[in-house]
Amino acid sequence: MGDFDLSVIWNNLPFLWQGLQLSLWLTLLAVIGGIILGTGLALMRLSGILPLALAAAGYVNLIRSVPLILVIFWFYFLVPLALGRPIGGFYSALIAFVMFEAAYYSEIIRAGIQSVRKGQVHAGQATGLSYWQIQRYVVLPQAFRNMIPILVTQGIILFQDTSLVFVVSLRDFMTASSIVARTEGRLAEMYIFAALVYFTICFAGSLFVRRLQKARTA
Amino acid sequence: MISIENISKRYGDFQVLTDCTTHVAKGEVVVVCGPSGSGKSTLIKCVNGLEPVQQGRIRVEDVEVTAKGTNLTKLRARIGMVFQHFELYPHMSVRENLCLGQQKVLGRSRDEANAKAEALIGRVGLLPHIEKFPGQLSGGQQQRVAISRALAMDPIAMLFDEPTSALDPEMINEVLDVMVELAQDGMTMMVVTHEMGFARKVADRVVFMDAGKVVEDRTTEEFFGNPESERAQDFLSKILNH
Repeated sequence: MGDFDLSVIWNNLPFLWQGLQLSLWLTLLAVIGGIILGTGLALMRLSGILPLALAAAGYVNLIRSVPLILVIFWFYFLVPLALGRPIGGFYSALIAFVMFEAAYYSEIIRAGIQSVRKGQVHAGQATGLSYWQIQRYVVLPQAFRNMIPILVTQGIILFQDTSLVFVVSLRDFMTASSIVARTEGRLAEMYIFAALVYFTICFAGSLFVRRLQKARTA
Repeated sequence: MISIENISKRYGDFQVLTDCTTHVAKGEVVVVCGPSGSGKSTLIKCVNGLEPVQQGRIRVEDVEVTAKGTNLTKLRARIGMVFQHFELYPHMSVRENLCLGQQKVLGRSRDEANAKAEALIGRVGLLPHIEKFPGQLSGGQQQRVAISRALAMDPIAMLFDEPTSALDPEMINEVLDVMVELAQDGMTMMVVTHEMGFARKVADRVVFMDAGKVVEDRTTEEFFGNPESERAQDFLSKILNH
């Protein structure tokens, strides 16, 4: 470790920053897409309409039973087949993450919806609101308020999982760090740096979650 | 206006309601009382279809509540309901609580809904609190808001499900006062309550329930003066003599 040289980081900063941007973008878009799709799945499961509920349950159980890396592969190879043209690594990875996260988010959201007191639904019904209006104006706003900490936690996990996109040749932060490490022969520096960056971002996220939880119980 | 005929209801093996019959005429105030677990809350929730029944028939004006294919949503918009635990929407201000149904169900404009909300909240003396959230109000205030929220829909009848049971004693009267005023204005009301003072003062009739059955259905004077059944006598002696 005598020649521990941190200048390698500084020299490759623009390249690493590009990688980090890709990781963050992928996380942000996948969280948004996952929550939207997950909400739909949760509503389907709770709708009381059997075919919808079964379809959603089947989807969630299927996705949760396979490794994320496999889902990424699927969409990388299947989406171009379905569309008849390649869509590139970024979009196929994004679709894979959205589809994968939706399964996890739907379970969180389902629990969140069920955490809203039944009396609230009764109140909405008694006012003459329709099922969807009750969900939209009464149940979901309260459910999401209860769920924000868990949703953010899941987002942190997703951020770490974005490092898997190297399998479809995307240059996320982890991949960029690896490339620098190997081409410059600075494995120790780069992997320690990468770990620090992941740690800092995820730890900041956890602190944020803790603050949210405190604010909720205060 | 409300007619409940021979309804029965089960939860699995548990018989909640057995062959219950009663009627509420327009402008009438009917108090439903009885020991806890007697099915009175369930009975009142059947009136607007919040609880389905397995047998019997319920009509509200010309609407068959229990018939298949009845548009319950439309019916519910015309019947106000007040709950034991208020059930105000905690993420909305008092104003928004009163406006939601008016705008989304009745299609009123924001200005119309606001004007109505302010008038009703003013009537229960809470206008200074209209921008507050339910969590910032006392139980009695919340229940007065809940009554106003139901009235904002211009209901043809009001259902009250133990409106004062979750309140601290010192807040019960402020809610009962609002209900008395409403009754005196001629509102058709069905009220599940243990407040016998309220029943004596404004009820036209009292329905006494026990073990899922309507045991007595008589005028208020008859019920308090000369209860027929032993169970009603027993109930009244327990609730009045202390």
